[in-house]
Amino acid sequence: MATMFPETSMRSMKKTLVLIAAAAGLALVAQPAAAAGGKGHALRDGNFSFEGPFGTFDQGQLQRGYKVYREVCASCHAMDLMSFRTLAEPGGPFYDAHQASAAENRFVRALAKEVQIADIDTETGEPIMRDGTAADRFPNPYPNATAAAAANGGAAPPDLSVMAKARHGGARYIYSLLTGYLNPPAELQIRPGQYYNAYMAGDLTPFMPEGSHDVPPGGFIAMPNPLMDGQVTYDDGSAETADQYARDVSAFIAWASDPKQVQRKQSGVGTLIFLLLFAGITYMSYRRIWKGVAH
Amino acid sequence: MSDHESTYVPKTGVEKWLDSRLPIVRFGADYMSLPTPKNLNYWWTFGGILALCLAVQIATGIVLAMHYVPNVELAFASVERIMRDVNGGDLIRYTHANGASMFFIAVYLHMLRGLYYGSYKAPREMIWIVGCVIFFLMIATAFLGYVLPWGQMSYWGAEVITNLIGAIPVVGEPVLIWLRGGPAIDNATLNRFFSLHYLLPFVIAGCVVLHLWALHHAGQNNPVGILIPKDRQKKDTVPFHPYFTVKDGFAIILFLILFATFVFFMPNALGHADNYIPANPLVTPAHIVPEWYMLPFYAILRAIPDKFGGVVAMFAAIGVLFVLPWLDTSKVRSMRYRPAMRTFFVIFVLVGLGLGWCGAQLPDAPVVPGMPSFQLFDGQLNSYLWLTRLFTAYYFAFFLIIMPIVGLKETPLPIPATISEPVLPGGGDAMTAAAPASTEKKG
Repeated sequence: MATMFPETSMRSMKKTLVLIAAAAGLALVAQPAAAAGGKGHALRDGNFSFEGPFGTFDQGQLQRGYKVYREVCASCHAMDLMSFRTLAEPGGPFYDAHQASAAENRFVRALAKEVQIADIDTETGEPIMRDGTAADRFPNPYPNATAAAAANGGAAPPDLSVMAKARHGGARYIYSLLTGYLNPPAELQIRPGQYYNAYMAGDLTPFMPEGSHDVPPGGFIAMPNPLMDGQVTYDDGSAETADQYARDVSAFIAWASDPKQVQRKQSGVGTLIFLLLFAGITYMSYRRIWKGVAH
Repeated sequence: MSDHESTYVPKTGVEKWLDSRLPIVRFGADYMSLPTPKNLNYWWTFGGILALCLAVQIATGIVLAMHYVPNVELAFASVERIMRDVNGGDLIRYTHANGASMFFIAVYLHMLRGLYYGSYKAPREMIWIVGCVIFFLMIATAFLGYVLPWGQMSYWGAEVITNLIGAIPVVGEPVLIWLRGGPAIDNATLNRFFSLHYLLPFVIAGCVVLHLWALHHAGQNNPVGILIPKDRQKKDTVPFHPYFTVKDGFAIILFLILFATFVFFMPNALGHADNYIPANPLVTPAHIVPEWYMLPFYAILRAIPDKFGGVVAMFAAIGVLFVLPWLDTSKVRSMRYRPAMRTFFVIFVLVGLGLGWCGAQLPDAPVVPGMPSFQLFDGQLNSYLWLTRLFTAYYFAFFLIIMPIVGLKETPLPIPATISEPVLPGGGDAMTAAAPASTEKKG
């Protein structure tokens, strides 16, 4: 090494590293201030297996999360961008190494069959209801956005397809919110149809007695606490607690928001190894070409 | 450098035939053999990096346009469909989205390099001016592109920025309606933004050709900043290929490592979460912010209490760059030999970053929480509004006051007669003389 990279070249390498660090620093400094506004609790850490550059989803957790979504969330929240077949894609909750294709996956076909899809009879053109197939989207609980809003006190429950990307903190935020129905201070004036949540965005100062110094963090949410212990049956022995449900469904939504994320991270590792080797080789050719040229 | 003799000799019959009709091979060969100052450092590699960025954006953009649907009902879902159902679509879309950020990181460093080493000074004014045109087109293209996914920030960003046009007296309102294609931002707006977003990159590519043409005519600047005398051409320059193809190549690969880190591992780190909420004209986001690379200009816009004044200031912040060659009165190009100016330059860089930071904050938020303050005109002194105003004042003062005055008043350090002098034993490189290895600097 010492002969290959003499001190002078180490110095120029160092300069290059400074350059890269400067670029990275610029990117970080210039990030939209995620921290700006909305003071509250630090998000709860769900010990998610998929975080970090090498993290992967726990398939059992994704299956449990899907079950919680299906049995609890789906009665109000749509996931319009999700197809049943996506559940069987590599990395998905029902991926099966023996399946011919995602559409052929037996679990997904069975799950899709459980729902009824509005369609048009191909012979008569009459509106009909038919069994779902792997190609179908998740059914929307409401016929349209107005109906969704009307059934929920004027605020339509948001679609959950990309929810982990649509909130700062992703899965941690969803997990925190679902377990954030803490007891509010007695003085807090809660409007009817609203619930206190310690992780919801908002400012509760106007709802506390004037001059109060103990304004609680968080805000009001129109969704009542959706998860209760024992509400969903797990058949893999996992704890049937609201906390576990919240954790599992957060993982499922994180997966659904970006179903290719684990494959992408894995190809990213390969890409970076390649680029590092390529950089090394290019650097050596650079040294060789410039040998003897004072500059 | 400008009168670089062609060394291309057509070998085959086909090459001879072509050379006498369309000397395109000669053009390429001359490009490759262009004498280039041998002392160019890594700050000079961003030109090549930017060429790569433009190529990546155009290539990924063409594929995205094959799948994207420019319709207010379908745009958001079509972008998600690209990432879910198109082969490699997640990488193509994330590369394009992060590519914009990478493009701006590179262009800002490229511009700061030009500023530091005086690359805008005679005879290179046109290189700089065409570069400013490219920068302006990049901002326009990036803004148009950010609207296309039709998320909340897309919609409300478009709302805020097009509203600026409405602030222009008399003609503002009709022009605003004409630009939007209607009284409000709607399908017509999205369609024309998509059309223009596809068009402008090719205009940028055309400007890049002019930028390179001017560059190769006037010759490259170098860290010492002196013009290379005719009799030193052989000693002080090396052919572009292989010397700078390999050096630029190495830098490009390092840049790709940064790029790939974002695309593969944190593709949404540089974006705003609200843009994954479909656009809703009835719900205003709590905090509308542009992408990070626009933040300094957004901060300048908000610093001025009058809306039209803010628009003027924002455009002036870019416009002042066009006249930079005539604002700098110094005869010395490189700030290596201008210690006084170097200090102002470092402050300028920090102020630029500071403006970016301020642009992301709420204007009324206190800079130091809890510190007692007082009302000064329309805001608390201890607020981002006033910090932004301080930074904005420096931004303009740097170009309009500091540059002309320092250039006349300062005493520059002695300038080497040749670019070889500082790197050879006993040379007088001001910046690296203190480093122990400078006498045998070869790397």
